[in-house]
Amino acid sequence: MGEHRRRSAQTTGKLFFLSVVQTEVPPLFVVEFLHRVADTFQDYFGECSETVIKDNVVIVYELLEEMLDNGFPLATESNVLMEMIRPPTILRSVVNTLTGGSNVGEKLPTGQLSIIPWRRAGVKYTNNEAYFDVIEEIDAIVDKSGTTVFAEIQGVVEACVKLSGMPDLTLSFMNPRLLDDVSFHPCVRFKRWEADRVLSFIPPDGNFRLMSYHVSSQNLVAIPVYVKQNISFLETGSCGRLEITIGPKQTMGKTVEALMVTIHMPKSVLSVNLTATQGSYTYDLTTKALIWTIGKLNPQKLPNLRGSLSMQSGVPKPEENPSINLDLKIQQLAISGLKVSRLDMYGEKYKPFKGVKYLTKAGKFQVRT
Amino acid sequence: MTAMQKLLQLPVNAVNIVKTVQSQVQGQEEDKSPVLSPDSGQQTWYNALQPDELRHLRSGGSGGGGGGGGGGGDQDERAALEEGGGGGGSFQTQPLRHDDLKEMLDSNKDSLKLEAMKRIVAMIARGKNASDLFPAVVKNVACKNIEVKKLVYVYLVRYAEEQQDLALLSISTFQRGLKDPNQLIRASALRVLSSIRVTIIVPIMMLAIKEAASDMSPYVRKTAAHAIPKLYSLDPEQKDQLIEVIEKLLADKTTLVAGSVVMAFEEVCPERIDLIHKNYRKLCNLLIDVEEWGQVVIINMLTRYARTQFLNPNINESLLEEGSGGDKTFYGSDEDEDEDDDEKEKEKKAEAAAMAKRKPYVMDPDHRLLLRNTKPLLQSRNAAVVMAVAQLYFHLAPKAEVGVIAKALVRLLRSHSEVQFVVLQNVATMTIKRRGMFEPYLKSFYIRSTDPTQIKVLKLEVLTNLANETNISTILREFQTYIKSMDKDFVAATIQAIGRCATNIGEVRDTCLNGLVQLLSNRDELVVAESVVVIKKLLQMQPEKHSDIIKHMAKLTDNIQVPMARASILWLIGEYCEHVPKIAPDVLRKMAKSFTNEEDIVKLQIINLAAKLYLTNSKQTKLLTQYVLNLAKYDQNYDIRDRARFIRQLIVPTEKSGALSKYAKKLFLALKPAPVLESPFKDRDHFQLGSLSHLLNAKAGGYQELPDWPEAAPDPSVRNVEVPEWTKCSSREKRKEKKVEKPFYSDSEGESGPTESADSESDSATASDSRSGSEESGSGSESESEEDSESEEEEEEKKSKKKELKKPVQESESEQSSEEEDRKPEKKSKQQKSDSESESDEDEESESESSPSESEDSESEAEVKKKKKVAESKPPSKPVKKEKKEMSLLDLDDFEPAPSPQVTPVNTLLSNSLVTDLEGLSLSDSVLSPATIAPSSALKNYELLHRITGEGLTVEYCFSRQPFSPDANMVAVQLQFTNNSSSDTKSLHMEDVKLQSGMRVKEFPEIELLPAGETASAVMGIDFCDSTQAANFQLCTHTKKFFVSIQPPVGELMRTVFLTENEFKKEQGQLMGMNEITEKLTLDARCRNEHAIVQRVTAAANLSRVPCGSDKECRFAGRTVTSSSLVLVTVATREEGAAQLTVNCEKMVIGTMLVKDILLALTQ
Repeated sequence: MGEHRRRSAQTTGKLFFLSVVQTEVPPLFVVEFLHRVADTFQDYFGECSETVIKDNVVIVYELLEEMLDNGFPLATESNVLMEMIRPPTILRSVVNTLTGGSNVGEKLPTGQLSIIPWRRAGVKYTNNEAYFDVIEEIDAIVDKSGTTVFAEIQGVVEACVKLSGMPDLTLSFMNPRLLDDVSFHPCVRFKRWEADRVLSFIPPDGNFRLMSYHVSSQNLVAIPVYVKQNISFLETGSCGRLEITIGPKQTMGKTVEALMVTIHMPKSVLSVNLTATQGSYTYDLTTKALIWTIGKLNPQKLPNLRGSLSMQSGVPKPEENPSINLDLKIQQLAISGLKVSRLDMYGEKYKPFKGVKYLTKAGKFQVRT
Repeated sequence: MTAMQKLLQLPVNAVNIVKTVQSQVQGQEEDKSPVLSPDSGQQTWYNALQPDELRHLRSGGSGGGGGGGGGGGDQDERAALEEGGGGGGSFQTQPLRHDDLKEMLDSNKDSLKLEAMKRIVAMIARGKNASDLFPAVVKNVACKNIEVKKLVYVYLVRYAEEQQDLALLSISTFQRGLKDPNQLIRASALRVLSSIRVTIIVPIMMLAIKEAASDMSPYVRKTAAHAIPKLYSLDPEQKDQLIEVIEKLLADKTTLVAGSVVMAFEEVCPERIDLIHKNYRKLCNLLIDVEEWGQVVIINMLTRYARTQFLNPNINESLLEEGSGGDKTFYGSDEDEDEDDDEKEKEKKAEAAAMAKRKPYVMDPDHRLLLRNTKPLLQSRNAAVVMAVAQLYFHLAPKAEVGVIAKALVRLLRSHSEVQFVVLQNVATMTIKRRGMFEPYLKSFYIRSTDPTQIKVLKLEVLTNLANETNISTILREFQTYIKSMDKDFVAATIQAIGRCATNIGEVRDTCLNGLVQLLSNRDELVVAESVVVIKKLLQMQPEKHSDIIKHMAKLTDNIQVPMARASILWLIGEYCEHVPKIAPDVLRKMAKSFTNEEDIVKLQIINLAAKLYLTNSKQTKLLTQYVLNLAKYDQNYDIRDRARFIRQLIVPTEKSGALSKYAKKLFLALKPAPVLESPFKDRDHFQLGSLSHLLNAKAGGYQELPDWPEAAPDPSVRNVEVPEWTKCSSREKRKEKKVEKPFYSDSEGESGPTESADSESDSATASDSRSGSEESGSGSESESEEDSESEEEEEEKKSKKKELKKPVQESESEQSSEEEDRKPEKKSKQQKSDSESESDEDEESESESSPSESEDSESEAEVKKKKKVAESKPPSKPVKKEKKEMSLLDLDDFEPAPSPQVTPVNTLLSNSLVTDLEGLSLSDSVLSPATIAPSSALKNYELLHRITGEGLTVEYCFSRQPFSPDANMVAVQLQFTNNSSSDTKSLHMEDVKLQSGMRVKEFPEIELLPAGETASAVMGIDFCDSTQAANFQLCTHTKKFFVSIQPPVGELMRTVFLTENEFKKEQGQLMGMNEITEKLTLDARCRNEHAIVQRVTAAANLSRVPCGSDKECRFAGRTVTSSSLVLVTVATREEGAAQLTVNCEKMVIGTMLVKDILLALTQ
């Protein structure tokens, strides 16, 4: 039989998907597939947890049956799967119990045969809408003195397209040169991008990630906030002090929202006694995570958190100060300055409603102390 | 991956059901089984033979399950509902209650069956054994409800291997499914059939795969490709046959099939690289449109292929690059013996370079094609695809081009941590060979405190590999922050990384050493210990310079408790005791004191130190050494006792001591080479990157070695694609072929067609092919994608409307193209190639293949040829040919089907069947006697509507035995209407067709007017689904409706095929056992000669004669119309009119009926 090797992919922190591999197969092939499975469950059941899978074991079986054939992925597009196996809804389960109907589509999955497997045929909507969310994340490492060690912007364009028929969309940007590295949903025509720097595609139905991109590293990354911190553990007396102040830096005139600070304290920190001028904090004794939820950043009155840390006595003081992880959101701003200029639709007659939203978030934003 | 399914099914082995109960239950099952065994499908099958009324009666009754009565059913239902509400948690624990599951399965309500199946699947999922339900479940395999069916499939695949005999019951259902007109049903039948691991059905599977491999639908062909590895794992002896199928499927031009067949290739015969040659360019061009999983498999396979077929693109650069800078300075720059190695390497390289100089490197255009076509896939959202392309570039691309992959790989670092882990492993390997590539992305490998440890360590590895003189200061600064981390394993790894940087980059060695020495005062013991170990390694390089560090470390022995660190210090002091003459004996003194409390590893080093000191400074240390050795002599550990004994003998001079003790000093204080600190990833690149083997750094089962570049390139011409064989028949045919494909091409390409074709004509072969290919198939231009979407939508309708849609276009285009062609006849083959490669739509493909026979002018050409041949040799066959000819003239009608009252069947079988026809003709000229061709004049007429019932209208029908043009799966039925009444009959048409499931009818076009006394004929097509069930419909005139039905004799459900004697024997060999029916008979007195036998058999069934060496035997072959199952008939004559009739047919029912019919024909 040969050796059995294991490969697992973790999702949502709780469930592990395990696939046993007997022979040579590219590891990423397996990992990627497991992620697709998890995503599909997410699509079907709204969440991917143990209880949900137990409750829907039959659908899970049916899904896996369609997704894999003898270990080779078959249909992994959720659009195609939805056509074959309908996701459970409360209404449908009631109807099914009464009428004895089933969750398996009577229709045969024509999508699998088509050259654009990501789109269902015969889509109909009364309101035709297409929404695009440009979401950018700032990954940054800021050192003690406040200088940026490393910063980059990663972005995605998430789309929610509910258009009838077979629309052919073209999305163009004001400043596509900003984009350095891109990866696309299979629907995007790569040649068009290469030639004209526009996204031309026949969209899947529903929610999907149209593209993800990386903003070229030549551009300086605007860091929206600064953090003034002072964390110290005293050699004697088994206690420490902590003071953190956050202020706006380059926010392009927008408000910073949903500001949150997470600090993983050293193990020897037993408890904290702090006062926050804004928001509230929690300290989890088991994980040693100090979370300070601030909310909106008010430039007039900077949020501040200060107080003392009590340490386990008899344990040498921690070598290193814990680093500070930041979370924030800025609505209506793409921090790289990327702008969608227009969306055109071909192939269908109606006028769709179009909308673009921008959002900047902190990705892996870390301040070393 | 294979195991994904298995995994889900595995736990069932944990059987915890009471054995006795199980056997009891099974006993019951066996009692019942005679009732249950024939699946309901089989019954309906035979129903066809019964009169209609009977069937009506039956269908009113039970659906065919033989379940309990109606009342019982109701009860069951109530029970089921109750339990369904209860959540079905407890039922598994009570095996007895399987009975109610069985009852539910036996009921005729789909909802109950579904509920039962759901509960059974839930049982499987919980690891409960549900195998005793097998008989009850298996008969639902033919259930109409799709969900029930699917769940039954899940169950079957899980348990079939355990219950082989019972599993056989389901086989016929799948066999029937394999002939279904719906491609998806065919595919799913094949999928499940091939998943049932029952050895007995291997021949059936083999046959099914072979058949599916030539199915019209690419989806079915894809499924066939999937089935290949399954069959191979079940019975590896089928390998040779499977390779044939793979070879055939590799030639497939659709994107749907490509990925799956390459996967099958990789699993069954990865060594048969020669099969790829012909398909190489096609695969490259299709690649971008293949689904993502297929892309991964294809790219990995092509990497291997390219390594065997092309030359190393870096052959010239390798000397310059590796000799002068890069890797060399990186590894042990000033180590002596390394130098030697390097010199040897250099020599080798020089040779290689010299060779390369003699013959300047030119990249094979095919090599270029591969690189160009894979590059866009770096933008894929699928990490596996990106990785596959990255490894392809790493292994195949010229050095200057490899850089493109760095960006994409860095992007993957944003992904899930598992993906990061795999990618970083590969990046680590790449950075060793191609450092420059990732240098611009140095900062992307900076470590965050939130990264998991294994990711941190890998990033550290990459950073270390990337370190060079210019960036070392940044990296060291970064390392300094890492050292403070709370993650101690990571800190230890960082210290080692610093050590490596120090060894590799001479300039920073002192800085690093100082930094590490500072760490010695760290409070964390682990950090200190790790530093000591690393410092020890560093000091070995230049010990004389650093005696103060050694002194400092000697002091540490008081504090450091980590054994490894203590041992390292002791070793250092012993090794360099001459540099610290005062301290060393003191250290030994301290150690001697604590000897008994030390760890073994430290004790060994104390002995070591004592011995070294004894040799260099015996005055001061003689007694100490004695003391230590005495302590060691009584140590508990035998290693230490051994060591002490050995050292005592070696260093303390006695009378007995041999020659060896003279050399003791040399032995102990020899100059020891400094250790080379090198990356654990150094030699990983002999595994193909991105592979499991690379990840594990061990060869995984089924791993295919990445071969070295060949010294000289193999013949590149093997990849030239020839014109498909069957078009070689004659130059005329060739042209015909071309002519028809062209229109298809421009048709599908819209307005871009002409330019494209011009392109491919003017350009050089490979380059143009590749470009046009990828553009066309890629999602490049808008117009074409619109086309795509349209064709998508219409796909369904297309099948029926095919004719209407395509024909007009084809007609006009074919004219145009024929003109073009006259101008450039010599470009033919090339163009054709590009045409065929550009095809991405499966339907169109098959159509283009069949189109030769549709296009009228070419047809007539062929006809002329045929006619000639016919005229030359065999008068009896004339009628057939004549008819055919007539038809091809009537073909005109086909272009405008709507107004035409008569559609005559046209020869539009798959092109290869045309070819076989032609072959048949040409062969029969020479081999067969004239008398053997079926006298088609003997077509039997059947009455559909009698003059009296039809109130003057007579309708007769006959099976014209011509392929039915709109649908090859249909049997053409020619209707002859005669109006015997005195008034005109108007608008003759059919209505209200009632069919058995799976059957289809193509109605004849309405006859608008049939004047009194006139006769008209029309052709309709019926797909009988290879059964003799009647097609019922109403024949309507403007005034009346008549119920009529057409029931085919079994012999009409076939079409002729031509086989050679060898093929016949081979096929017959595969259709033995259950598929063979033999009957003895006495021939009718009038038909004892060969001619008569042939005549009667061919009259009874639409079969063609197979040439045969012996005159005692007559052989016939045909295929069933719908499923293309082979039907082989042999009549062996004996003395006195005795004969033996053998029918080999996979469809047993057809076989049985055919035997009956032929028997009748031969005996009467």
